[in-house]
Amino acid sequence: MSDYRIQGATGEWEVVIGLEVHAQVTSNAKLFSGAATAFGAEPNSQVSLVDAAMPGMLPVPNKECIRQAVRTGMALEAQINRWSRFDRKNYFYADLPQGYQISQLYHPLVGEGAIEVAVDEKNPDATKTIGVERIHVEQDAGKLMHDQHPTRSYVDLNRSGVALMEIVSRPDMRSPAEAGAYLRKLRNVLRYVGSCDGNMEEGSMRADVNVSVRRPGEPFGTRTETKNVNSVRFVMQAIEHEASRQVDVLEGGGQIVQETRLFNPDTGTTRSMRSKEDAHDYRYFPDPDLLPLELDDAFLEECRASLPELPDAKRRRYEAAGVSPYNAGVLTAEVETARWFDALLEAGSDAKQASNWVAAELFGALNRLGRSIEDCPVSPAQAAELLKLVADGTLSGSLAKQVFEVMLETGDDAGKIVEERGLKQTSDTGAIEAEIAKVIAANADKVAEYRSGKDKLFGFFVGQTMKAMGGKANPGVVNELLKKALG
Amino acid sequence: MSVDEATVKRIAKLARIAISDEEAHHYTPELNNILGWIEQLGEVDTSGVEPMTAVIPNKLRLREDEVTDGGIRDQVLANAPQAEHGFFTVPKVIE
Amino acid sequence: MADITDLGVAGLRDGFRSGAFSAREAAEAFSAKVSRAKALNAFLVETPDHALGQADAADRARAAGEEPKPLAGVPLGIKDLFATRGVATTAASHILEGFTPPYESTVTQNLWNAGAGMLGKLNMDQFAMGSSNETSYFGNVISPWRRKDGSNAPLAPGGSSGGSSAAVAARLCPGATGTDTGGSIRQPAAFTGISGIKPTYGRCSRWGTIAFASSLDQAGPMAQDVRDCAILLEAMAGFDPKDATSLQLDVPRWEANLSSDMKGKRVGVPVEYRVDNMPEEIEALWRKGVEWMRGAGAEIVEVSLPHTKYALPAYYIIAPAEASSNLARYDGVRYGLRDLPDGAGLQDMYAATRADGFGPEVKRRIMIGTYVLSAGFYDAYYTQAQKVRALIARDFEQAWEKCDVLLTPTAPSAAFALGEKSADPIAMYLNDVFTVPSSLVGLPAMSVPGGLDKQGLPLGLQIIGKALDEQSVLNAGLAIEERADFKARPEAWW
Ligand SMILES: [Mg+2]
Ligand SMILES: [Zn+2]
Repeated sequence: MSDYRIQGATGEWEVVIGLEVHAQVTSNAKLFSGAATAFGAEPNSQVSLVDAAMPGMLPVPNKECIRQAVRTGMALEAQINRWSRFDRKNYFYADLPQGYQISQLYHPLVGEGAIEVAVDEKNPDATKTIGVERIHVEQDAGKLMHDQHPTRSYVDLNRSGVALMEIVSRPDMRSPAEAGAYLRKLRNVLRYVGSCDGNMEEGSMRADVNVSVRRPGEPFGTRTETKNVNSVRFVMQAIEHEASRQVDVLEGGGQIVQETRLFNPDTGTTRSMRSKEDAHDYRYFPDPDLLPLELDDAFLEECRASLPELPDAKRRRYEAAGVSPYNAGVLTAEVETARWFDALLEAGSDAKQASNWVAAELFGALNRLGRSIEDCPVSPAQAAELLKLVADGTLSGSLAKQVFEVMLETGDDAGKIVEERGLKQTSDTGAIEAEIAKVIAANADKVAEYRSGKDKLFGFFVGQTMKAMGGKANPGVVNELLKKALG
Repeated sequence: MSVDEATVKRIAKLARIAISDEEAHHYTPELNNILGWIEQLGEVDTSGVEPMTAVIPNKLRLREDEVTDGGIRDQVLANAPQAEHGFFTVPKVIE
Repeated sequence: MADITDLGVAGLRDGFRSGAFSAREAAEAFSAKVSRAKALNAFLVETPDHALGQADAADRARAAGEEPKPLAGVPLGIKDLFATRGVATTAASHILEGFTPPYESTVTQNLWNAGAGMLGKLNMDQFAMGSSNETSYFGNVISPWRRKDGSNAPLAPGGSSGGSSAAVAARLCPGATGTDTGGSIRQPAAFTGISGIKPTYGRCSRWGTIAFASSLDQAGPMAQDVRDCAILLEAMAGFDPKDATSLQLDVPRWEANLSSDMKGKRVGVPVEYRVDNMPEEIEALWRKGVEWMRGAGAEIVEVSLPHTKYALPAYYIIAPAEASSNLARYDGVRYGLRDLPDGAGLQDMYAATRADGFGPEVKRRIMIGTYVLSAGFYDAYYTQAQKVRALIARDFEQAWEKCDVLLTPTAPSAAFALGEKSADPIAMYLNDVFTVPSSLVGLPAMSVPGGLDKQGLPLGLQIIGKALDEQSVLNAGLAIEERADFKARPEAWW
């Protein structure tokens, strides 16, 4: 992956990527006001006088937003700053009622951390570490709508003041795929922690994509920042487009200007954002309406104690329990899957057997049904019962498949289905021996061939016997008895 | 440090205050006067001094995560110079 | 009975309680005086209905035998910096003309909860920026005082709470709210012969009070005497969860604990407050103040506040910096003035609205504040000013090892004539030389009248106390008040 190169007319180029991810903090109320944060409400219905920056209004921080950002930092094993402070970032725009965004520049809540990213899907243990420079907490802006009126833009402040974590990576990524993997992993960790729902369609996660190119081994080039890209695929597209655009400019003898760009999802291209000022001067200074934020031991302890098992630890635990590395990666890639799988293990299933079944049978079924694990028609407890029936020999693999199909259709428990439909596998040696005798009698020629050395025919006899048994014979017993009968 | 008219215009632009050439001309000596006066602060030896962060020793209080506000669109829009369909409106912005 | 409007807050409260008059009588008497005093231009809005409504409620409660509220029977003037629900609130600016808040500031709500009523909204320097009330968009307030020389030159009532000082001095209201960022309660109180206290930063909630400089702004009362200030401050102050800088402390019983006995108290006299070109009359008053303190039993000590001379320049970095950001919200989008020239885009609309809506002094401070925060200058100006502020705080800490309160003049001169200083911003800024240091450090401080200069104009003395020790400030103020025996009042000409 890190050998991703852009082939220019004059040789190879390397791309350098850093991401600033804005993740909406999961909270009921806004960062500095008591207005709700729910998505999709009527315009300006979730706006307090504070969010509308009425004269004399003051911010009071929401503890949960601070808590979630701290927990996120802990999940990334980052430095948690016990003393941090809010600063004002001053600029004028119609989506910014105060004329400044309350953010953290000089003393962010969370300092350096890192994310391990899988660089090979087949081998989750092959990882690369992407540095996280900082996480700070800040307010979201409102929303402007430009297509409602010929000469006016409409302003909706519902999002104004919603809490965001800005997670700033180091410029450690070297390919669109690495950036994609970083984003997916970050999203996954946030969802495990519960600090952000990771819903990119609803804008809960957006990335500012910093891209520059250079000759391999040379110092960093000038970067551009493509703002507010809202899906993993778009981020990868934006990088690809921006990198090759920069190579074209440089090879054409031009220079890259440090600028803000916009991504167009319809064309997969980026363009310069003309409406923003040429030279930003945000005049950051500490917000005098807020005192420094000081965190005590009890608060930090609670944050740490409430952290769930994170994807990497979970993956290692699954592997140690006998799950293949690939399956362990798949099972931990989404928090809902991991939760489902953990419930299955808690219900007593063997990790290896269960992981194979989930990866093959359950995912297959969900795929067919177009369902997600959250609305899986079969509960982990039901699945555990099914797996138990396989483990104790009550059901063969193929019977288990049949039973599972019925479970998906009816929602009934495996035991009940087995009972009602007589799908129990038999290990009754007498019955099996009787059928074997009939098969041998009816296929004398094949028996002779087998005895003269054509070993491959053994499968034929197993198939015939199983067929005669209506599929319910225990395959192990069949094998054993056939070997004996055929000599 | 002293400011020239171009700087005064840049500052006015940053502060979103429209000023004419004449006003910029008039502001320049005035701002220089004030800046010259406040620059006496440079005399003070502040090495090793932490900038003040809180006037009175006091810790930042955090509030609970409860929805206690909002749902007051009429009040929010009541003083708007221009509002339509529940939105504030501004001259069309091209991004 | 004497004129009801001569009574102060305590007199009205006690008279109402004793049944000497009804709350309605008091509210009507003051409302009538307000409506006849247009020449002072102290009120921007008159709200007799509010005063009468609160008065009638007080009268009904008394008739029903209920325990009277602390300020029942007391109508007040409210500085136009406080948002008042349903009543125009402009901060004396054009940019907020027509703005009617759908909310009530915490300080005024506290006053209404205590039973007080509102006579109207008081004129002031625009966005509280000024020391003479000449920056109001709605015209100067004229001080009720006049010089003895017969010139009748209109005098400044001080600023920014000049409507408040003029109204109390002219007995249009028994008390008024003020706000003090660098001296805006104390200097106008001194100019008009009344008392005013700025409490410790965080005592009064800033919620609903239009911000000038957040780390400095504090509300406080202005009234005829120290007791009235104590009564009003008790009602105004208190913890407010809506202001993150509000102090989570009970409000002390300042009035009940008033005492002019200074025995065992040490009064500090800071040598650095002896500034160049200070009129001898002010020096003389200061010496008298020292004698009064000694007479009240206090020990006098000389103290040094070495960074005093840097307080004003530090203030003129910090306050404009905060103001440049606090006033960014006045952009013509959600309330107030919108100036939309033909074909203007959003950013042009901002620039036009703000150019038209802000007065010259406000623009000047926004420009200074924008400049000192701009790229490359932040550390040289803002960070340095905050470091100097820390040194000023250290000066006071060291002084408190030697004394309990400080005694200084309130202002370096008596009231000046309107127009006399408005051409020179720095000369105007120097008015606050004695009040700004305590503002920068959030300390409680008050001005009480000490005497008259040879033109017959009032002069004030300032007492500065330790953080949270308003009681010592009020007590020292009371000791001066008793000894100064200041009875002068402006003769009504309005
Ligand atoms: Mg960014
Ligand atoms: Zn951000």
